[in-house]
Amino acid sequence: MSAVSVQAIVGAAPSPIEAPDVDYATISPLLIILGAAVLGVLVEAFVPRAYRFVTQIAVAVVGVVAAFVATVVVGAGLDTVDGEVTGRGGPTAMGSLSVDGPAVVTWAMLLFFGLLGVLLFAERRLDGGLSAFTSQASTPPGSADERHATRLRIEHSEVFPLAMFALGGMMFFASANDLLGMFVALEVLSLPLYLMCGLARRRRLLSQEAAMKYFLLGAFSSAFFLYGIAMVYGYAGSFGLAEISTAVSSQIGGQNLLLAGMALILVGLLFKVAAVPFHAWTPDVYQGAPTPVTAFMAAGTKAAAFVAMLRIFFVAFGGARWDWAPAVWAIAIITMLFGAIASIAQTDVKRMLAYSSIAHAGFLLVGMAGLTSGDGVTSVSAVLFYLVAYGAAAIGAFAVVTLVRDAGGETTHLGRWAGLGKESPVLAVAFTIFLLSFAGIPLTGGFISKWSVFAAAWDGGAWPLVVVGVVASALALFFYIRVVVLLFFAPPQGDGPTVAVPSPLTWSVVAITVAVTIVLGVLPGPLLDLVQQAGAFVR
Amino acid sequence: MTVEPFIGLSALLFAIGAIGVLVRRNAIVVFMCVELMLNACNLSFVTFARAHGNLDGQVAAFFVMVVAAAEVVVGLAIIVSIFRTRRSASVDDASLLKL
Repeated sequence: MSAVSVQAIVGAAPSPIEAPDVDYATISPLLIILGAAVLGVLVEAFVPRAYRFVTQIAVAVVGVVAAFVATVVVGAGLDTVDGEVTGRGGPTAMGSLSVDGPAVVTWAMLLFFGLLGVLLFAERRLDGGLSAFTSQASTPPGSADERHATRLRIEHSEVFPLAMFALGGMMFFASANDLLGMFVALEVLSLPLYLMCGLARRRRLLSQEAAMKYFLLGAFSSAFFLYGIAMVYGYAGSFGLAEISTAVSSQIGGQNLLLAGMALILVGLLFKVAAVPFHAWTPDVYQGAPTPVTAFMAAGTKAAAFVAMLRIFFVAFGGARWDWAPAVWAIAIITMLFGAIASIAQTDVKRMLAYSSIAHAGFLLVGMAGLTSGDGVTSVSAVLFYLVAYGAAAIGAFAVVTLVRDAGGETTHLGRWAGLGKESPVLAVAFTIFLLSFAGIPLTGGFISKWSVFAAAWDGGAWPLVVVGVVASALALFFYIRVVVLLFFAPPQGDGPTVAVPSPLTWSVVAITVAVTIVLGVLPGPLLDLVQQAGAFVR
Repeated sequence: MTVEPFIGLSALLFAIGAIGVLVRRNAIVVFMCVELMLNACNLSFVTFARAHGNLDGQVAAFFVMVVAAAEVVVGLAIIVSIFRTRRSASVDDASLLKL
């Protein structure tokens, strides 16, 4: 820029700042969740300890349900936008948020996961009347201080406001319409999760280690994401996805900045969705974190990050599709194969579910490489359906993990799960249904979701990905079936696993997720219609 | 104004930070390297803001500073709690979680 134009900016008379015009009704779900989070912080400060845990549960549940109702109202009132592809809704809050069909569907999905997560967090019957979270995170594990805090029944009820902040960040991430907003949302969703990972009551050394690994690697990857944003800003001169899209399709020159920016942004997002080769944190964090947090994180982070990734790459970088599509193809292939093969070698249930989550990130990337517009199943609707089905099954599977216990807390070694079918047939059948859904067996949600991403990819011309995907599914099936055989037909080790009797909270989570998994497999019509009608992203 | 020297410096700082994260063993130093990477981003933001003649990039730098401050709060809490337990902040010592 020349010195003259700098003078022009500095020397101009200060124009009055116009008050931003914000349509609060449209963004009310986001405001309700963040309001519930702030209210939770106040509850922490002012409500006596004896009532705090219950009050926090009430605030969180009421907040999530109210936000869900608001989301339904907002979704019903979206205008239809006709363009190349049909969309609904559009940018709001001065263009910083895009409340369109996919965003509203993702909000509803995330709030559903959030409600299930809060129910799991609230479970206190499994560990002698105490929650799954440590009494006082500041005390060293095994110290006298820790025992003292446990005896006083001190509890970290802060997990509820933290979960609400993370949920608010996820919702913001899925609907942000500019890159700066996306970065802030990414941090708002990640920072509470880093903390919650370190709060387990049992096996605290593992939990703290998981928190540190997640934090250091997460901060490292968000720095890459941010540098990518800086490069794209340098290329387009704006953070808005619409302006970047215009620059991508019309601007000549600066291609190197654009390519570097896209690559770095892709790295940051692939880390969050746990795609190979950015998956190294996933097994450690899933294993070390308190299981209710793992459940919430596995479903929520993946959903929010995938929708944000689709939004950035379809809306802003849609014109440069031939530059990024090969990278997505390659990563989808290695992620599917690696996830499927590595899960075969696992001996720990939580690590096995983590590798399964990596493989599912690969299948979702296949959906991303698919059709963007047309009459068939589009990428966006296929991925949205997949995220609902996967998230429900993942939360259910981790809820089952919280129930299989021995004297030291949860027993996650796979060998100890042998004979679960005799000990608790209901639980073993529920876990089997989740595993079959992960494997993509017909009559479960996993089958329809795999079919829809493969259909989208096939119609989009990505048939090699579909072939690899089917091979990876077959590999994974071998492993899931082995676990099912172990549950029902292997002789138990020693006394066999013990199944704790939970409160109705955990039971209802297991029941709801089983119901969702089966209904999505048997009657997928309503949700498929919903995600089809949600249409494309509107910028 | 030529932007290349500034962007070159920012890329250099980013690379120093990234290499530091990969080779250093103390969690605090690793964390400082991440902060260096964020500040390299800030330098790029303000350089591009000046080159494009709009204020978006400078505003972004403020957002990044606030986010970095929040990250410090969370990160130091986690590192200090680990240090209290193990009397060490080395990332190599934290190796209970393995295949």
